[in-house]
This record gives sequence, structure tokens and C-alpha cells, in this order.
Amino acid sequence: MRLVILDDYELASEWAAKYIRNRIVEFKPSADRYFTLGLPTGSTPYGCYQKLIEFHRSGDLSFKYVKTFNMDEYVGLPRVHPESYHSYMWNNFFKHIDIDPANAHILDGNAENLEAECNAYEQKIAAAGGIELFVGGIGPDGHIAFNEPGSSLVSRTRVKTLAKDTIVANARFFGNDLSKVPTMALTVGVGTVMDAKEVMILITGAHKAFALYKAIEEGVNHMWTVSAFQQHPHTIFVCDEDATLELRVKTVKYFKGLMHVHNRLVDPKMSLDDSYW
Amino acid sequence: MPSNKSVSDAPIIQFTDCRILREHKLQREDLWVRDGKILDPEKLFFDEQGYADCRLDCGGAIVAPGFIDVQINGGYGVDFSQPCEDVSAGVSLVAKKILEHGVTSFCPTLVTSPPAVYHQVLPQINVHNGGPDGAGVLGFHLEGPFISSEKRGAHPERFLRTFRSGGSDDLMETYGSLDNVAMVTLAPELPHSQSVVSTLRQKGVTVSLGHSVANLSQAEDAVRHGASFITHLFNAMLPFHHRDPGIVGLLTSDQIPAGRTVFYGMIADGIHTNPAALRIAHRAHPSGLVLVTDAITAMGLPPGRHTLGQQVVQIQGLHAYVAGTKTLSGSIATMDMCVRHFKQAADLVLLDDGLRVRTTYISGEEVWRAEL
Repeated sequence: MRLVILDDYELASEWAAKYIRNRIVEFKPSADRYFTLGLPTGSTPYGCYQKLIEFHRSGDLSFKYVKTFNMDEYVGLPRVHPESYHSYMWNNFFKHIDIDPANAHILDGNAENLEAECNAYEQKIAAAGGIELFVGGIGPDGHIAFNEPGSSLVSRTRVKTLAKDTIVANARFFGNDLSKVPTMALTVGVGTVMDAKEVMILITGAHKAFALYKAIEEGVNHMWTVSAFQQHPHTIFVCDEDATLELRVKTVKYFKGLMHVHNRLVDPKMSLDDSYW
Repeated sequence: MPSNKSVSDAPIIQFTDCRILREHKLQREDLWVRDGKILDPEKLFFDEQGYADCRLDCGGAIVAPGFIDVQINGGYGVDFSQPCEDVSAGVSLVAKKILEHGVTSFCPTLVTSPPAVYHQVLPQINVHNGGPDGAGVLGFHLEGPFISSEKRGAHPERFLRTFRSGGSDDLMETYGSLDNVAMVTLAPELPHSQSVVSTLRQKGVTVSLGHSVANLSQAEDAVRHGASFITHLFNAMLPFHHRDPGIVGLLTSDQIPAGRTVFYGMIADGIHTNPAALRIAHRAHPSGLVLVTDAITAMGLPPGRHTLGQQVVQIQGLHAYVAGTKTLSGSIATMDMCVRHFKQAADLVLLDDGLRVRTTYISGEEVWRAEL
């Protein structure tokens, strides 16, 4: 894996956004060959989305030939509810960029047949040629998307019941009223994300530090589902100082020492001529 | 990027780089319009998978809903209450000119006049939508003749009327037809007014209380029978008194039937009402406030003598008086002046930070633009 450590949330968001920008630009997407991007929601990726919008506004990045697949969506929450992931993606990303609405895919938590919806989603991803880059976050309980502790590490898109930890963590978006938080969600599986060519996990804040430790310094364990990515050939963890608080000094020093290499990945020059490196 | 036309072939216009009034705040949001209707862009994105056919850069301007003036007696030399051969020409002229003030719909107002005038004028103007030729006409506002003699203001005394037995008979005898009428101002203390209020309400005409010496219970009774508006609050009514608030008391009355709101017009020209009184009314009942111009013929014209209905008025600066007296006779402020003075507070108006009108749109089509 690459562990990219930035000083704070803003710098981590910027690094991640630049990386996504570079990957899309290098890929040179076109009408015949779309760039497929997996996307998360929540407070962690918010800064990254803001930066991507900035790049788009300044003319450095177009989403015209990008297809997106979000990781998850609540079950039973009306799409127009301000806390639905559809609302999040519209307000924080889609309405500010030039993506074709037909290429923005989000699971429908109000579908008649949830299982069919999940299977169809897997097929859509396959039809799009698989995901080039799947961006995700990590829950305080080490989950990726809504793959709660105990989820199979080879799972596919399906309905999941949320763990107590997750419901408590989300209560702040529902007026701190636990009874208003949805209890079920549709989510891509660990296996679904593992199928992507590349995975980038954003982790910021001290409250995620223990989960990061469990994910990268302990073994692969279905109780900390992000740990599955230890077995993916191309994983990048992007984090801020606070998220590294539970890691060994040795780990942090090693990866900080590699920052000069990591920073080349987000260098604008990289996008023009990748044979340079 | 064009819409996929799955719902409608009409082009989608996106107003960008603008601030819109939403949830009582100015927010930086784009505004989407199709076919003269404002769209929910999120619904457009997820349901129709559509996006804009053309984008209009607003350059940071405020996009406001088009102003609606429910009390305007004329302007630019036109007097709606003065009967003439071609009433519609006069209404059209005013309709076109007020686009410059951001007004996209209005109620041509007739002051107290003899029945002959109503019979001649009312049938000539139909309710119609606005467009490039001028603001839309919502219907006439008939201010009088069923008003109080004591509070008639600039209305001519000889044409005032009362309701005899039936009430509704007097209405039809006076006005002729209510087809093109949107609003009627009357004094509720007049005997037999209750059945008139109910009748008007049933016919879909808004009943407004004004030019009256009614006390609060008479006013509340009228509201119970269907009245829902107050004509130029504070003017031409009993002053607020702490033991009998009069019509002004409707703003905080607890006798208003559930689910109904009493709206009140205010002339915010700085002359008809002291700004402190304006603020008191607003703070007491903010959601009921409606700005009106009560503009007269002379609006848009230079100072001098002009006619208003059957009276002659004198213009001095921004004041308009009944000639030879100090009685105020309508205002010559324009709607955007009133909005600025009030300072807060498909049909759209682009305003700059000084709340000066830059461009006016009706149904998404530009109908007027300020010369820069």
C-alpha cells in the first residue's frame, strides 16, 4: 500500500483531489472509453469534493467522460430527504460539475425489490468495464461503505443492517435522534471494491486513528473490513496527522519519508507526460 | 449540455452565478426554469437525467421573484379611474413601463367612481399573463365606493355608497360585472357588509378592509366572513389605540380563523408611513406584509397638477396632495423604490446589491434590461 500522510484535513483533501484529477486526465477519457470512479459520502470526503469542483471550475478537470458509482444509500429514506446520499451527492458534487446525469449511478434505497436493485448495480459496474479508481472512507469501526464488522470479505452489493456504532455516528445528521436514523442500507460489498483497479481510502481525524491502526498494522480480519485491502495490489491510504495517532512511530516515519515520491503522483506535470517518471 | 427531452421539448435555462431568495435568506444557488416554471434541478438530474440547454450568467446579481403590485391607480399620465375611449391602451402603457421597476404582475386600481365609470372600464380589461409587452394583469382592485365618509382620503364624497338591504344588489348595480375583478376594498362597519364580504369571497374576489373607522371586533367579524387583506395599513383608518386597536389590531388578533393569514398592504415610500411604524407592523406580523405603490397618474411624470379619478392633485417633490389641501393622495414612488426603502426584506427580477433593477424576466423570457 501507499500511506500518504499530510499535516491536516485540508492538505489531505487536496492531495486526494489532485490524485483523482491526475488519474482522470492521464486516462484521457473519451466517448468510447469512460473513466469509472467509485465515490463515498460523509464528512471525510467533503473537502476532496470541494477541491475537485475547484479544479473543474478553473478548467483543469472535466467529468464529461466520467462514470461514477456511489458506494451506498440508506434504505427507506426518501430521495429528497436532505440526509439521503442522493441529496449529498447532488448538493456537494453533481450540481457543480459537468457530469452527464445518466452516468451518475447511486443505489436506489426505495426500490421495489432491493435484492434486484443490488444485482442490477453489480451488472451496471460490469457493463461499464469495472471501476478504475474506487474512493472510500473508513468508519470508526473499521468498515468500508456499510460493510459492518462481520461482513464477508468477498461480499458483493447487498442490503445490510447497520451496526449500533454506525447508527450512533450518523445520529448527528438526524438531529441527534437515534430513532430517526435509518437502520438499513444498500452497500457495495468488500469484494466489489476489491475488484477495482485501484482503491484510495481517505481517513482523517483522531476518532478514526484506531480503525486505521487495525486496518493496516494488524491482520486481515472481517471485524475490520478495510483490512481486506492489504490484499489489493494498488491501495492508497490518504490521511492527516491525527489519523496516524495509533500507529507505530516506525510506520509513520517510513511512509513520511516517502512523501517526495508520493508528491510526484499529484504533480500537474505528471498529467502531461507520464513517461517522464 | 441539452436535456434528454424525455418529459418536455422546451429548453431548460439555468441562471448561474446568482443569489436567490430561498427560505427567507439570500443563498448562492443556480435557478433553473423551463416553460415558465421554476424547476427542482435535483429532480431534473435524478428523474429525467436532464441538464441545461442554455446558461445565463447573472454576474452575481440577486434573482428575485417578479414584484406584484396590487394597488396602483395609474402612472405616466394614465389614470385608470378616468373613463376614456381606450382604457386598454392606458393599462398597456403602464404595464409596459412598470417592467422597469421589476413589476411583472399588477392589479389596476380604480378609486371611488360613479357606476357609469365601472360599467365602462371593467369590461375592457381582461385578466391576462404578462410577456414582452408588459406586466400581467391579475384583475382590477376596486377601492370604493363602499367606504367610510370620514376616512375617504382623496376619494370624492359624492360618489360614496352604502349597502342597502341585500348588499349584493348594490355590488352588481355599482360595478356591473365582477369578472375581471381581483380585489375590492370596503369599510366593514357599513351595515350589511358581512353578506357582501361572503359573496365576494365565494366569487374568488379578495376582500380588503380600508378607508374605514371600524373597531377591532368589526374588523375581526369581516375576517371571519372572508376578508383577508388590509388596504394601506395605518392610512385611512383609525389610529392604533391600546384599548381599541382598530383594523391595525388584526395583525396580532387571535380571532383569525385557523389556517388563514391576514395580509396588509403598506406604501413604503417614506411619506405615507413613518419607518418606525413600518417596522412595528413588520415585527408584529412579518409574514403578512405586502408592499404596494398606490401609485397615481403622476408616477413617472414631472411635478405639477394632474387628475386622479374625479379629483385634481398637486405634485410637490415626492409628495402628492389633493389640490389645495394637505391630504395625501396616493404616492408616486415606484415599486423598486419601495423595495429599496423597505430594505429587507418564472417571473424574476435581477437586482444589484443596491436593489436596483437590472433585468426583468417573465416566464423565463427577458422583457426589460437596464441601460448601463
